[in-house]
Amino acid sequence: MSTAPTPPPPPKPLPRVQPESAFYWEKCRQRELWLRRCRDCQKAYFYPRDFCPRCFSRNTEWVRSSGRGTVYAFAIVHRAPSPAFRPEAPYVAAVVELEDGARMPTNLVDVEPDPAHVRCGMAVEVVFREASPEISLPVFRPAS
Amino acid sequence: MPPRIAIVGAAESDEIGHVPDKSALQHHSEAAYNALEDAGLAMSDVDGLFTAGYSTLLTAEYMGVQPRYTDSTSVGGSSFVIHVAHAMAAIQAGYCEVALVTHGQIGYSGRGLGGAPDPTQPSAQYEAPYGIMGAPISYALACSRYMHEYGEERTRQAMAEIAVSTRKWAQLNPKAFMRDPMTFDDYHASRWIAWPFHLLDCCLVTDAGGAVVVTTAERAASCRKKPVWVLGAAEGHDHSMVSQMPSFTSLIARETGPQALSRAGVAHGDLDLTMIYDSFTYTVLLSLESLGFCGPGEGPDFVAGQRTAPGGDFALNTNGGGLSYTHTGMYGMFLLVEAVRQLRGEAGDRQVRARGGDGHAKLALVNGTGGSLSSTGTAILAGD
Repeated sequence: MSTAPTPPPPPKPLPRVQPESAFYWEKCRQRELWLRRCRDCQKAYFYPRDFCPRCFSRNTEWVRSSGRGTVYAFAIVHRAPSPAFRPEAPYVAAVVELEDGARMPTNLVDVEPDPAHVRCGMAVEVVFREASPEISLPVFRPAS
Repeated sequence: MPPRIAIVGAAESDEIGHVPDKSALQHHSEAAYNALEDAGLAMSDVDGLFTAGYSTLLTAEYMGVQPRYTDSTSVGGSSFVIHVAHAMAAIQAGYCEVALVTHGQIGYSGRGLGGAPDPTQPSAQYEAPYGIMGAPISYALACSRYMHEYGEERTRQAMAEIAVSTRKWAQLNPKAFMRDPMTFDDYHASRWIAWPFHLLDCCLVTDAGGAVVVTTAERAASCRKKPVWVLGAAEGHDHSMVSQMPSFTSLIARETGPQALSRAGVAHGDLDLTMIYDSFTYTVLLSLESLGFCGPGEGPDFVAGQRTAPGGDFALNTNGGGLSYTHTGMYGMFLLVEAVRQLRGEAGDRQVRARGGDGHAKLALVNGTGGSLSSTGTAILAGD
């Protein structure tokens, strides 16, 4: 008696690097988190684009983030949104507020996917998970 | 004074719920047919066509219309409420006279259809790789922040109140998909979808269509039924992806609610009925606050004690809502259909009375939310 092997899940979606985000993803590959910052209104922002979303200035630059921040919001995903994420569930989807000022979507890692172990406001730091030779995803773990 | 504008027809498609043998375009067309029948008008009267999710190129071809005014504004489930406002403006400006707004979607039977998202979109680059996809996860993220700011237990109780009270309304609506009784225990015991959301925090996924017909007072006078007047409306959006939402505990309804009420010349306390987009229980809680029915963080007190259930003093989502009646994906059309029925006195066992008890409901607020809590369309409607 044998059972059919479970087919492997489809691969998770990976970012397709765009010209305006090529620098961001290249720095992630080097395990550094970089943000765009507006030289006019002095604010860092996410996601990277040439135009400041606060004042529409084109006078913007890349700056390296400290990679430290706090959890702004999180969800513990039990029902995977696509077959690719079924092996991951339950996992922690989160929005992290970086101390540089920008908020970014991410996952929390090295923490139990349980609301008893995650809270808004908890201090986190960036780590990188290699997803392909080109792409390393910035994710966050509880700050050491 | 611009001329008065009315909704003169409103209907769903022939069958709603799980309808495996019909396409979304069939739902559009059935709903359009039924709404025109309701109005006593013919497709040959229609000169303005509005829809979301599809282009009107497609719906017009399918239904055989050659509109001289079209609007395919698609900003999520709120779009159809926004279309009513756009139809009002277009009619008042003389661009069209009889506007048909249609919706059709096979949220249930079409699961798995649809291609991959555009990989150049920010969501594909920055959210999808983290498994941040689809409404439940986005809305759950926002809800976690509300719990953090205003207290987890009282937020949870408010969400349960909304789920249970909405089901009670659905039990009075023969067209509602979920009509079994729901207890508070049922709510708390339902499985996790994305904490903080239980299954019973989440809307249904169904197949359905809906349509409304909007026209001038002059045309309305010869229609089959009494008009439902569009007294005022407002729209807005402040982000697309949930991670870009300026505040996770406030919606752009904070602008559209007061604007729509002001344009209509009415106040919160005048309303007999409130129809709020309930993709999730949290959407209702946050909308009540943002619309100004209560202050930030006061929503849990506002909905306490089954106040929004049948027999309570705040009639809310009387069709049973997206939570228990139907939710195709872009639910906003059905807010309008129910408001029209209530304001005509056609709502049967669930008919809401006017404040003070004199006849059926006369004044309603309709509030659609779309995207990832991104867009809002608010309209104030009045019975004749």
